Amino acid sequence: MVILWTDALIYLLIFAIIGLSFYLGRKPQLKRPLQQIGNSKAGMLSLVILLFFMMIGLLDSIHFKSNESSAKPIISVLDYWATPLRITGEKTYSAPFATHLFNKENIVLDDGRKLWEYPRLQYGGAHLKNPETEKLTDIFLKASIGFIKGIALFAFIIILSLIPAIKKYLIVPTLPRGNSSKDAPASRDAGASQTTFPRGNVGTIITQALMKNSTMKAVWLLVFFLISITYMLIELSAYYHILGTDKVGEDVFYQAIKSIRTGLVIGSLTTLIMLPLAITFGIMAGFFRGWVDDVIQYVYTTLNSIPSVLLIAASILMVQVYMANHQQEFTSLLVRADMRLLFLCIILGVTSWTGLCRLLRAETLKLREMEYVQAAQALGVKRSMILFRHILPNVMHIVLISVVLDFSSLVLAEAVLSYINIGVDPTTYSWGNMINGARLEMAREPVVWWSLSASFVFMFTLVLAANLFADSVRDAFDPRRAQLN
Amino acid sequence: MINYIIRRFLYALPLLMGVNILTFVLFFIVNSPDDMARMQLGQKHVTQQAVDNWKQQRGYDLPLLWNSKSENPATETIFYKKSMGLFVFNFGISDSGRNIKSDIKQRMWPSLAVALPSLIVGLLVNISVALLMVLFRNSYIEFSSIVLCVVLMSISSLFYIIGGQFLVGKLLRLVPISGYDTGLNAVKFLILPVLIAVVAGIGSGARWYRTLFLEEVEKDYVRTARAKGLTETQVLFKHVLRNALIPILTGVVVVLPLLFMGSLITESFFSIPGLGSYTIDAINRQDFAIVRSMVFLGSVLYIIGLLMTDISYTLVDPRVRLS
Repeated sequence: MVILWTDALIYLLIFAIIGLSFYLGRKPQLKRPLQQIGNSKAGMLSLVILLFFMMIGLLDSIHFKSNESSAKPIISVLDYWATPLRITGEKTYSAPFATHLFNKENIVLDDGRKLWEYPRLQYGGAHLKNPETEKLTDIFLKASIGFIKGIALFAFIIILSLIPAIKKYLIVPTLPRGNSSKDAPASRDAGASQTTFPRGNVGTIITQALMKNSTMKAVWLLVFFLISITYMLIELSAYYHILGTDKVGEDVFYQAIKSIRTGLVIGSLTTLIMLPLAITFGIMAGFFRGWVDDVIQYVYTTLNSIPSVLLIAASILMVQVYMANHQQEFTSLLVRADMRLLFLCIILGVTSWTGLCRLLRAETLKLREMEYVQAAQALGVKRSMILFRHILPNVMHIVLISVVLDFSSLVLAEAVLSYINIGVDPTTYSWGNMINGARLEMAREPVVWWSLSASFVFMFTLVLAANLFADSVRDAFDPRRAQLN
Repeated sequence: MINYIIRRFLYALPLLMGVNILTFVLFFIVNSPDDMARMQLGQKHVTQQAVDNWKQQRGYDLPLLWNSKSENPATETIFYKKSMGLFVFNFGISDSGRNIKSDIKQRMWPSLAVALPSLIVGLLVNISVALLMVLFRNSYIEFSSIVLCVVLMSISSLFYIIGGQFLVGKLLRLVPISGYDTGLNAVKFLILPVLIAVVAGIGSGARWYRTLFLEEVEKDYVRTARAKGLTETQVLFKHVLRNALIPILTGVVVVLPLLFMGSLITESFFSIPGLGSYTIDAINRQDFAIVRSMVFLGSVLYIIGLLMTDISYTLVDPRVRLS
């Protein structure tokens, strides 16, 4: 196993999130906002999609050394699973589900004649003898097989999640069921569980356990579609280039999937770098005031006054210079690209902490005049304790809201930065690089639309889900909005 | 008032100094001029002679901060020559040998020609959409327009440009896809970029103005106005809009000076010879002198914007006292 820098930070982030959610899950004051998110349809559906993307990103973050002798010595689990996609490169453009190349070429037949024709693809639909007639049925067949596999997996998941309910259902009859009028407490318990789990009807159990409300129904429906469609795509992509191939013949579907990790890394690691800066400085400026406040305000106004694109451009230029002069430190292409990705996250983090810092400073200024903080001060509680126990927990909702709000804008920013060549390394798979590589394709005749559409659909899905989730988090955690509802 | 403006202006000076030092550190200390020279000349077979030549041609052969060999130890340095000059907008010569200042003077007008109409039209469209949303609040019209806003927000600006160029420029052939011309001939080249900038901004813009209006709508004076018997439209346009204009105006004023800088992607997609495409070219050519100048210029304009915001605040809102 090989752990790249961004991998390590992703693991750290996941541990932090798990730890934090355990810690916060037990806080009574967070029950209402969490429930509100749980009840909002848009919030839960977008969360499912985000988790789905995250799973793909995670699979793509577990790297190991491959023993196949290819150009890429380090591959991820996702790469390993997507091996058929990775190695089935064609010569150049081919349309989605195509069996022939996009351009005509000179083909030399067996008997020596030359033909100006669209040559067959090396891999896409190569198993078909007569593509014109067989293709549609074959696609339909393969899709159905995948769909059925997906349904099987979905059924398995349903059964797994039903286990607790079934256990309960099996336990109920063993409880004493005497005359309900005589021994009150025991029978009331049994009676209660009987009313919530009427026996004998499997359908009711499922409804009771999994579909408590319409939101849960929608979530299960979405999970069903995600799983079955994923399986369908997996099944099909083994035989076809389902989103076509790009200029150098690489599978576009593979590129789009690999880009998920880049987008997520930019969105989340930047936050990881930004948060410590913003929280420390913001709270300190608001709490200590005086010269601390002046210095911190000066620093963030200075950083803020440089247009962020230019600051990022300048910093990335400097990173490029550094990398060009220290080539011996970056042994493989992947390590080098990974370092650049990390640098980009750091730079984005450094340029974007100022907004949150200002918010936190303002909130802390307000909080430090609150009665409970003054009471703590009067009682002689140490300043550091006041900061940790009274101020920090009370600004966390701002932090949370701004983290989820920033996520989508960072994913969008990545594409723009990659387009102007100050984003991720050109060898890294990212939606920005896909767009950058395909920007002239719309001018071709006929139009090569699949690369752009693929990156558009994937990026749009992720960003839309992130935006919707951010909205429901904000609605739930913002005290001003909570009052309105 | 004049006292106040002078004081704000004095506040701006340390900020400029900070930006200057930051760019200096970024461009000369993180990487030495030697590194830059190697990068520009190609890494592999570069002799020290070539590096020295490169540095001497561009005036990078001086010590960074203190020149002990010269009789003016403080002035014969890179910091003095390259960074202090920025304060008086003396940007010097670019790495490819052109005068940056005259380039900027020439290129800022096309940038402004794109950015100013985009801002004004965008503002009008966003405010009208937001007002309509508030007017039809708690209805399906509002709900669907909020959903539409989120969807519009989730599309990358790159796709707006690519899609717009494809649809309007290639399929409908209404306007040229890209290019620029002098004088009034430029109008036909400007329509598409402005249109795209406006459409791309509707999502976030209208949502933002909607929250501003909604905050206003809850206030007491609005209730009074309604109690007087004014219709909802009268309330919105005469009372709410007027009061919400204060945050809108101050939000606009801060970006006004930055309009000169143009937009990086729009200009490069539409090949408009503005400052945005100038910066992109510099980034791609790795022309450090231009990038450094643009960083400084951008900050100066932003700080001017902050100053103008402060002043306009005091002009528009009498509640803000000049203390």
